[in-house]
Amino acid sequence: MTLLTHKHRTIEAAIAAIPHGASIMVGGFGSPGTPFALIDELLAQGQHDLTLIKNDANEPGIGIGKLIEAGRVTRLVTSHVGLNRRAIDAMNRGELDVTLVPQGLLAEKIRSAGAGHHAFLTDIGQGTEIAAERREIELDGRVWGIEPALYADFALVHAERADRYGNLIYRATASNFNPLMAMAADTVIAQAYRVDEPGRLAPEAIHTPCAFVSQVVRVDPATAEQGRRAHVG
Amino acid sequence: MSADQTRILARAAREVLPGQIVNLGIGLPTRLFHYLPAEMEVLVHSENGVLGCRPRAEGEAPDYDMIDSGGTYIATRPGASVFDSATSFAMIRRSRVDLTFMGAFEVDAEGNLANWKIPGQFSPGIGGAMELAQKVRRLVILCSHNDKHGNPKVLEHCRLPLTAPRCVSRIITDKAVMDVTPQGLAVVDIAEGLSVAELREATEAELNIDERQLGRF
Repeated sequence: MTLLTHKHRTIEAAIAAIPHGASIMVGGFGSPGTPFALIDELLAQGQHDLTLIKNDANEPGIGIGKLIEAGRVTRLVTSHVGLNRRAIDAMNRGELDVTLVPQGLLAEKIRSAGAGHHAFLTDIGQGTEIAAERREIELDGRVWGIEPALYADFALVHAERADRYGNLIYRATASNFNPLMAMAADTVIAQAYRVDEPGRLAPEAIHTPCAFVSQVVRVDPATAEQGRRAHVG
Repeated sequence: MSADQTRILARAAREVLPGQIVNLGIGLPTRLFHYLPAEMEVLVHSENGVLGCRPRAEGEAPDYDMIDSGGTYIATRPGASVFDSATSFAMIRRSRVDLTFMGAFEVDAEGNLANWKIPGQFSPGIGGAMELAQKVRRLVILCSHNDKHGNPKVLEHCRLPLTAPRCVSRIITDKAVMDVTPQGLAVVDIAEGLSVAELREATEAELNIDERQLGRF
């Protein structure tokens, strides 16, 4: 793990650590919480054959939609791609291998990895095709589906505020998958609008303790917000 | 919005009780927001991570970090909280959400629901519908009684892949309000101006109808 004193990076240096073929968790539910600036840097640096894990595929032309359209994503693990017509088309043409996971299971698979568990037992999806090929186990007189934890090499997360040690605070519904992914990946790169000196954030206000975070990048709200306003409503 | 949709929503609003935690599914159910009295103490849950959301007032500036699960910019009411996706689905799986409304492609006499996939045509993913359908205490379906070709959506047995088995409590369409019971579908209310014979004609599932008890809506 990166030393506390060495986490504050430039965005170029942080993203340069990601190799071709990496598996990357990306925070965000729709636009809120999506680390747009980190994604744009990944697009600029050219990494390819990526496996992305994100709740959704953003919308055409923004967020991971850009990476999908640039042909940089081989595989996507997601709960739905309904808001991104181009991702649906890429999936239907066989150019993008999409694994669809019910949203709560996706969250819990990531949380399990982050909590240091290798799998959990659940009844979600029983009686549907989701559970058709799932391994099962009997415990306490009931049959449970075994859901493996979901790991990744990297996580890209968005926080409202951070400090130089990597403590993170999320805002409103921009939290979503970010704190889960920040615990589940081997290397966690966080972008934040502010990166303060340690001591400026109240200890009880921290959502993700710095122990889980590898690198912190300050991003300008003006550029970091690119695409947010494209969202419906 | 069509007159049929307005009729469905006005009837659906009567399902919500003060003090409840309610989730509104994507599409027509989201519109129910506008049918709940502002002073009613109800917390609306949205699975992206908010409990206690409300529509923005006219002219109220959007907060770009605050959406509902359909992607609409929303606001919060007193008593609201925000949380991550794992907590949001823990709330659902632990049945701490009292009531949810969803649309349907098909729904059947056993309370089975299909609303996420049409093999070969439409499969963008299930989002949070599976957990909501399976675990929320009471699931009320809001949908048109027939599809755009006139085919019934209320069936004897669902033919499409299920969202969840035996999960539906009540079905509200433009033609009727039906409860799922151990004896099949029981009609509670029938639309104004519709005859029992016309309702049966428009429905594939067998309907139990006690004309003396039948309400209008």
